[in-house]
Amino acid sequence: MGGLIKSSIARKVAMALSGLFLVFFLLQHFTINFTSIFSKDTFNELSHFMGTNPLVQFVLQPVLIFGVVFHFVMGFVLEIKNKNARAVKYAKYNGGANASWMSRNMIYSGLVVLAFLGLHFYDFWVPEMVHKYVEFAPEDSTRYYHELLLKFESPVRTGLYILSFVFLALHLWHGFASSFQSVGFNNKYSIGATKFAKAFSIVIPLGFIIVAIALHLTH
Amino acid sequence: MSILDSKIPEGPLADKWTKHKNTINLVNPANKRNIDVIVVGTGLAGGSAAATLAELGYNVKTFCYQDSPRRAHSIAAQGGINAAKNYQGDGDSNYRLFYDTVKGGDYRSREANVYRLAEVSGNIIDQCVAQGVPFAREYGGLLDNRSFGGVLVSRTFYAKGQTGQQLLLGAYSAMNRQINRGKIQAFNRHEMLDLVKIDGKARGIIARNLVTGEIERHSAHAVVLATGGYGNVFFLSTNAMGSNVMAAWRAHRRGAFFANPCYTQIHPTCIPVSGDHQSKLTLMSESLRNDGRIWVPKRIEDAEAIRAGKLKPTQLSEEERDYYLERRYPAFGNLVPRDVASRAAKERCDAGFGVNKTGEAVYLDFAAAIQRYGKEKALTSGMHNPTPDQIRELGEKVIEDKYGNLFQMYEKIVDENPYKTPMMIYPAVHYTMGGLWVDYNLQTTVPGCYAAGEANFSDHGANRLGASALMQGLADGYFVLPYTIGDYLSHDIRTGKIPTDTPEFDQAEKDVRDRIEKLMGGSGEHSVDYYHKKLGKIMWNKCGMSRNEKDLKEAIGEIAALREDFWKNVKVPGEANSMNPELEKAGRVADFLELGELFAKDALDRNESCGGHFREESVEQDGEQKGEALRDDKNFKYVSAWEYKGEPKDAKLHKEDLVFENIELKTRSYK
Amino acid sequence: MNLTLKIWRQKDATSKGAIVDYQVKGIEGDMSFLEMLDVLNEELITKGEEPVVFDHDCREGICGACSLQINGEPHGPDRLVTTCQLHMRKFNDGDTIYIEPFRAKAFPVVKDLMIDRSAFDRIQHAGGYISVNTSGNTIDANAIPVNKDDADESFEAATCIGCGACVAACKNASAMLFTSAKVSQFALLPQGQVEATDRVLAMVNQMDEEGFGNCTNTGACEIECPKGISLENIARMNREYLSASLKG
Repeated sequence: MGGLIKSSIARKVAMALSGLFLVFFLLQHFTINFTSIFSKDTFNELSHFMGTNPLVQFVLQPVLIFGVVFHFVMGFVLEIKNKNARAVKYAKYNGGANASWMSRNMIYSGLVVLAFLGLHFYDFWVPEMVHKYVEFAPEDSTRYYHELLLKFESPVRTGLYILSFVFLALHLWHGFASSFQSVGFNNKYSIGATKFAKAFSIVIPLGFIIVAIALHLTH
Repeated sequence: MSILDSKIPEGPLADKWTKHKNTINLVNPANKRNIDVIVVGTGLAGGSAAATLAELGYNVKTFCYQDSPRRAHSIAAQGGINAAKNYQGDGDSNYRLFYDTVKGGDYRSREANVYRLAEVSGNIIDQCVAQGVPFAREYGGLLDNRSFGGVLVSRTFYAKGQTGQQLLLGAYSAMNRQINRGKIQAFNRHEMLDLVKIDGKARGIIARNLVTGEIERHSAHAVVLATGGYGNVFFLSTNAMGSNVMAAWRAHRRGAFFANPCYTQIHPTCIPVSGDHQSKLTLMSESLRNDGRIWVPKRIEDAEAIRAGKLKPTQLSEEERDYYLERRYPAFGNLVPRDVASRAAKERCDAGFGVNKTGEAVYLDFAAAIQRYGKEKALTSGMHNPTPDQIRELGEKVIEDKYGNLFQMYEKIVDENPYKTPMMIYPAVHYTMGGLWVDYNLQTTVPGCYAAGEANFSDHGANRLGASALMQGLADGYFVLPYTIGDYLSHDIRTGKIPTDTPEFDQAEKDVRDRIEKLMGGSGEHSVDYYHKKLGKIMWNKCGMSRNEKDLKEAIGEIAALREDFWKNVKVPGEANSMNPELEKAGRVADFLELGELFAKDALDRNESCGGHFREESVEQDGEQKGEALRDDKNFKYVSAWEYKGEPKDAKLHKEDLVFENIELKTRSYK
Repeated sequence: MNLTLKIWRQKDATSKGAIVDYQVKGIEGDMSFLEMLDVLNEELITKGEEPVVFDHDCREGICGACSLQINGEPHGPDRLVTTCQLHMRKFNDGDTIYIEPFRAKAFPVVKDLMIDRSAFDRIQHAGGYISVNTSGNTIDANAIPVNKDDADESFEAATCIGCGACVAACKNASAMLFTSAKVSQFALLPQGQVEATDRVLAMVNQMDEEGFGNCTNTGACEIECPKGISLENIARMNREYLSASLKG
């Protein structure tokens, strides 16, 4: 058990599990966001619940943040180790011949998503935290939709969000399906599971993009 | 009485080995820890011997020129390994395997050795399965067998077309276990350059570290040579590029007799030479002859048109084809033994019927088999009135299941689709039955120097049957040598570590250094390959598939002249004290240039046709066998063992008479 | 055909290497890639230069000695072949071909294109075997029936030739395909079960110590493997490793 944390396979499994956890979170996040384009009230209700429920706020939220931090820190650690495993580079390396762009550039798609997370936190999470835990402003269960609309007024920000979702799709395209292999799941069900993962990695980011555009156009 | 003592134990054939094992001396476990053994070569014989000796408790050092023991050329064996398990219940037994092997070898092997081989063959399979070798299996989970040329039972165990690989990796895994225990020290990328003798006994070797060029001394109480065959004396062969005779030849020069050098197996189903650039030949498993029909055009004009690219083989009708094996040998047809099939192909090509641009190829045609299997399959899958295309497709599928990997390999190399047009094949040098002379204990004429596997003159007589090489390599390494070497080493329990700072080691190292210096000091006119190719041409043309007195005498002179030229004018670039593959090759070719001459001398001496050795002077003059090989038991029923006396032409012949008490000598007939 | 070759030359493990340009003429499509290099070497020797050093032995695609990163791919552009079986008909007159050693920290260059793959051997030493004595005093071979599918799958994994193309192709220089092939061969057989836990832990541990990178499931190894060893083996090893870690 001791060597487990240092072992390459254990780290790989940890990447996969944290990734899967984030995929699950994405699904939940998307579901709530999606309500915003057809029912303002539902969106407000759900947001209010997520924003005020103590279980979500004080248990799930820290877990999520840990998951995100773990996933990207471990991603960097592995990337550095992997880069070091080939000290002298090839003069000519035809990576496209045997592996997809997505699989070879997880660090870059991941970095874009990470940068986006910064923007996203700045846009929503920080004001939210200030609102609730610094200013202790009174809770208004109908404020969420309005705040949301305001953010998507700027075409630049909307554009940035859309671009980020594209990179999220690229990241998921390899990451989601690959996590099955990492945890040792490769059998007759794998083909179906992989198809599902690939579909997910298109549908969810596309959904986020639709939401962003819809909100932008609502102005 | 010859000075050769084969040390065959007394008693009935079937009891000899058991009795011998019961009476030879053993070394107690505490003493084994004080005894060192060197094993040179890590193929099936060397790898299995090293693993077993280490397991018994000896300190083993292994040497191989490759970067890992796993790359030894045993890995390239395709077809399978024989064992008298009689799992198929088709009447197989130790005796039958023994009989088939002696007969297949044209009665030029030792009865006692071959019987022992058959006796331990079953153990090999048990052993390999226990260590995780994934042999082919039937749906019931039991081991599958197939049949090979020259026998009437199914006794060949296999792992698709990669049996040698799986067995070698099995032996290598046994080595790994001992390396992990610290009982084997593996010296990879090391080449043995000389054998060191102290008081007449083999006590060590001089080796060159191929990476650094350093010359190293290694001592031991016994030295095992398992360095494979010398087929590369022909330059082109199915051997690996690095396969060489150096270790065996160095031992020969230090006193080990070299037996039957002229016994060479020329395998009938190899991919033909495509041009002068050719560096080696690729074998296609003998199993292809089960379904392929061998032919050349009947009319010489058609053969010429095919060579000129004006005619395609598929355009010739059945009547225009000469299925020469079926014509000459109606009983065995395309399944005659290797030597017979090879000579028949050469005969047709020499007569001008060859079918590729070099004129040295015959067809191996699967069209009939595709039709046969296709119809069968259509019938069993309930298809009524299948179209010719459907039949063809079904048939091709069956062929693909059986030989898919071979067909793919052929297509990669030749760039023709063998499902649509017949394959082209030609015989190529494949295996050497000759090698260091050993007694029943596998000891050479140098005490303490043992030879195992293809490196010894072996149990195959004048011709080896398919799937027997793997059997012999593993039998020697796992089950024979570990016992017999103990008998010798039991006298060494008080010897203590052999020092390497003795005059004998000094002298051997000096010899090695002088030789390297001489090789590096050539005038630099021609590359090593230039000489190797020239030697190969002489060997192939004059000591190849059929031999005669005139050619052999010429060969002896030409090889001696070529050797002289080599030592004067060879060009070896680079430095001796670093990685230098050209220097490695030069040393190997220098020894081939000596062996080649002895080879021709041996072939000249043996004025009979037996197995792979065919003398044009010795053929049946009349009767049903007219024109076929004529063996001469009256005058040549012996093993030729050559003693080194300086130049190869001065080598002294010693004869070990072969005694047959259990088998009646008969003419091999495949008519 | 005439070709321009850009070949990595490096005197020894400690020297610095560089790409050097060579021209070869009159190359035929029937030549193997290594025979093309033979032509170059023969020319270099005649000119008094040192020939290009590369590993090779059986030249029939089974020993695993030959390597070479050709135009950025291990064993070149063809699939399911080793360099010795890659034929020049896959190239065109006038082509420029990059020839480099397989690159990985765990595979240091010995000279020119020759590399040291002993890291693979050490992974095997760590546990690539079944601890059974070679005395032959085992049970009868047919006393251990093995399901045919398992036996076949075990065989497929065991056909690995240890050439290192998987490491060379992997952007992370990971040795997971090689290691998992050996682990799988034994994991699929009843004979291998007894030591399964220790084996996978020891072999993975050694693999990590050798300095190979991590697997990120790009699948490049499977595509470039001359023997078509499947990624399934890696998944199997992950499973084996996890359950072994939890047990151990």
